[in-house]
Amino acid sequence: MSLRPERQAPPEFFYNETEARKYTTSSRIIDIQAKLTERALELLALPDDGVPRLLLDIGCGSGLSGETLSEHGHQWIGLDISQSMLDIALERETEGDLLLSDIGQGLGLRPGTMDGAISISAVQWLCNADKSCNHPRTRLKQFFGSLYKCLARGARAVLQIYPENAPQLEMISAAALRCGFSGGLVVDYPHSTRAKKYFLCLMCGPPSTSTSLPKAKGLDRGSESEGSSDADEEAGTVDILERKRPSKKQKDKKGKGRSWVLKKKEQRRHRGYTNVPQDTKYTGRKRKSQF
Amino acid sequence: MRLITHNMLSCNIKGVTNGYPLGIEASRLETKESELNPEFLRKIFPKLEWKALRDAAHSLGLNDLPEHVEPSMLEDADFLKNFHHALLEVHLEEGALICPETGRRFPVTKGVPNMLLNEDEV
Ligand SMILES: C[S@@+](CC[C@H](N)C(=O)[O-])C[C@H]1O[C@@H](n2cnc3c(N)ncnc32)[C@H](O)[C@@H]1O
Repeated sequence: MSLRPERQAPPEFFYNETEARKYTTSSRIIDIQAKLTERALELLALPDDGVPRLLLDIGCGSGLSGETLSEHGHQWIGLDISQSMLDIALERETEGDLLLSDIGQGLGLRPGTMDGAISISAVQWLCNADKSCNHPRTRLKQFFGSLYKCLARGARAVLQIYPENAPQLEMISAAALRCGFSGGLVVDYPHSTRAKKYFLCLMCGPPSTSTSLPKAKGLDRGSESEGSSDADEEAGTVDILERKRPSKKQKDKKGKGRSWVLKKKEQRRHRGYTNVPQDTKYTGRKRKSQF
Repeated sequence: MRLITHNMLSCNIKGVTNGYPLGIEASRLETKESELNPEFLRKIFPKLEWKALRDAAHSLGLNDLPEHVEPSMLEDADFLKNFHHALLEVHLEEGALICPETGRRFPVTKGVPNMLLNEDEV
């Protein structure tokens, strides 16, 4: 197994001229990125009115993902940290505007301006602390916080990511939720190591019934009963993301109860303290919260 | 970079509270024709800061945008033409964007603004 790109060098060095060149010459890469973008657009679920939208392409690289956006008629702004990748995008004369920027420093965009955002194979890069000044958690927070702000009300962000492992996936989605997003993880072809793809689908604000979560690919296996023999078709999975914060109740349970307080007071009296309050019916009683 | 993007960009330096709009220093522009889509213009219109757009257009030598605008103008063909041209057809190729609060320059080369911040600006 070769080392993951994210572990080899920071993105602005890994995506050098040679690596960037691959993104114009390898038809396999071009094909994969186009398919991922088509899928991300589908999950973005823009209103079906034929009107172009203004979208963000986060980690746009050489513009392969952006080209798919243009094919659908959309205007887009692409951000990338690698000058070499952007140079290729310029060579390809992609239609979106390009910005050389590090998404881990936050997106400098005015609030409420973007109709949606996609990101193809880029965000997992934020999990690598490749410089001493890079703290993954801080950078994820900067990124998701500023992304949340710049999206218009009700807009979505669909981020296709290659997480290194489960904790990394958890770190990315938790960071998104902490910044106010709701949403879920759509996993296409979850049982195939090669085809498996993670799409983090984020919505601004709390989930509502009108913004239901999209379906994963391959889920409609109901057709099986009708005699479909497409055994290769694999079911996708959808997970609703939930903030994993211990609830108030759980905390209280673990809190120190009346018996603990009584024991401690007894101990202190035993040691000769004279300022220990009397035991009454109020001792160790739960206090009402202030709100 | 076109003015549609300029209109959305603001300075991201830590501690800056008035980073919008970015000033423009233009040393080379390019005009690339593109198809006018009235629907898109109507859609994007309410999201734009009109004054910032008009001032930015001025600094690129485009003087056809009116000072005062109202949605009804979006039905006027001449207005749409000028609006489309300023917003989507003129590209800042070489120059710089300037933070209004700190004066920090973000150089623009080959049409791409360099918005990377230094360590002490994050
Ligand atoms: C696998 S490439 C994908 C490029 C493009 N989305 C596509 O589909 O062809 C990942 C891109 O993410 C960019 N990237 C990684 N970390 C970044 C960061 N912190 N800020 C901006 N871009 C970043 C890299 O420079 C690279 O161009």
